[in-house]
Amino acid sequence: MLRDITIGQHFPGNSLVHRFDPRLKLVLTIAYIVLLFAASNPLGLTLSILFLAVMYKVAKIPVKMIGKSLKPILPIVLFTAVLNLFFVSGEGDPLVHFWFLSIYAEGVRYAVLMAVRVMALIAGTSLLTYTTSPIVLTDAIEQLLKPLGKLHFPVHELAMMMSIALRFIPTLIEETDKIMNAQKARGAQLDTGKMTDRVKALVPVLIPLFISAFRRADELAMAMECRCYRGGTGRTRLKVLRCEKQDYIDLAVCIACFAVILASRLVFPNY
Amino acid sequence: MADIIKVEHLSYVYNPGLPTAVTALDDVSFTVEEGDFVGIIGATGSGKSTLITHMNGLNKPTSGKIYIDGRDLWADPEKIRDFRFLTGLVFQYPEYQLFEETCYKDIAFGPKNMGLDEAEVDRRVHEAADFVGLDPALLERSPFELSGGQKRRVAVAGVMAMKPRILVLDEPAAGLDPEGRDDILSEVKEYHKKTCTTVLLVSHSMEDIAKYANRVLVMSNRKIAMYDTVEKVFARAPELLELGLSVPQVTKIFLKLREMGVDVPADVYTIPYAVKTLLEAKRRRDAGESLVLPRSAAQKGGAV
Repeated sequence: MLRDITIGQHFPGNSLVHRFDPRLKLVLTIAYIVLLFAASNPLGLTLSILFLAVMYKVAKIPVKMIGKSLKPILPIVLFTAVLNLFFVSGEGDPLVHFWFLSIYAEGVRYAVLMAVRVMALIAGTSLLTYTTSPIVLTDAIEQLLKPLGKLHFPVHELAMMMSIALRFIPTLIEETDKIMNAQKARGAQLDTGKMTDRVKALVPVLIPLFISAFRRADELAMAMECRCYRGGTGRTRLKVLRCEKQDYIDLAVCIACFAVILASRLVFPNY
Repeated sequence: MADIIKVEHLSYVYNPGLPTAVTALDDVSFTVEEGDFVGIIGATGSGKSTLITHMNGLNKPTSGKIYIDGRDLWADPEKIRDFRFLTGLVFQYPEYQLFEETCYKDIAFGPKNMGLDEAEVDRRVHEAADFVGLDPALLERSPFELSGGQKRRVAVAGVMAMKPRILVLDEPAAGLDPEGRDDILSEVKEYHKKTCTTVLLVSHSMEDIAKYANRVLVMSNRKIAMYDTVEKVFARAPELLELGLSVPQVTKIFLKLREMGVDVPADVYTIPYAVKTLLEAKRRRDAGESLVLPRSAAQKGGAV
């Protein structure tokens, strides 16, 4: 059950997408999200999804992984779709009218588009985390946010917190699994019973989990101090991120694709 | 006595059907008689821990059957919880599962889940605390204030209080100091003697297995490599060494002595027995007997 969580998981490989400079990849992912909302017509969305499909193909990420990353957010997708379905009012007569609810053709259109858009959004950001290891990603974030440091924004600390948090996700999942097994061995009923019983049954799992998380935090802090960690100032890195010719070519190709998609929205706004 | 555990052709695969599928157990069959104290040894990754989580139905076999007390474990998946009380499982580092405000409440967690009444729960908590040598004054303290060894005792007591017919312990002495090791293991042995509970003990220490178990199950490469009495298993030292395992130090000394040509038995695995054997050998030498092993033909012909 817990092993199915994939958000933030890295899928190692050596494709063009994997090797692409993480800073540019991050910026392009954000641009892609903006694009999904800017190119809001069906044609624009179709092209955006096509672009993403090609990227997944190039990165050699199995299709199954997309499904895995979409599964946990399905309720949210359905929720937004239903909201749009009922609350977008269009012109003309409603398709269905029931009590105070009415569904317009416009509403159906919005609901479908919104659902597709949210799913593309998740699939797009998952591609970033699949192809970029968490450490590299936080490096990229740190570098991109560096200008904010001038305004006394704790950029390095933020990046360090992020990489530690990401690093501990699998550890904590494993730990939860172990504690659940131990409590089940003592007869705890974690997966059966009424909702209230199940919530109560989580107490014996959560308390040991929190305690061990704090213990780990303490140990990690000690280990970092022992290695003279004292924050970001004057810290140099082993691997310095550098954009090379290939990165610029990739960037150009992506920008061209985005421009075409955006243009399609402006040229054919009605499709 | 009757077989309390019967495992038939048990296989278990993690993540079946995925590219990450790993076989953890491969066609394992064995039986354990009621009242036995079985030591389980094997190199890391040999399948010991996976095997023991099958004993109370935390893992469901990919194929094969497990009978506990003559009943098929997975005949009715709804009833699997009954087996959790029949087979008490103490995991590695069990002190990390403590969660209650007081040790008393934590030990009572299992019995309460069994649906026992207050008086019975109370009786069992005190009994279990007594078995693991936990000072009754500590019962009202928070388990998080205790030392590592005491926490471990509380956790073991929490499983003993369910009065399981089979007690499975996964390295109960790991990470304790030598005195703590001996204490906790002798308490388990004492419990075993007094209650006739069948015990399965996973351990990396050959000395501990030799001292406490009467049978040894050797796991290697997801299969059972040996399953026999302690004497017979430790007499096969060369094979054990080949599996990346070891034999008790005293056994190593006796094997070396034999290699050097001294007539001593090879199945010595505890210190008291070693002392007895050596005294016996001394008596024989004093009586004028030769202690030199007859050399084999191959050795005679060599240019040593």
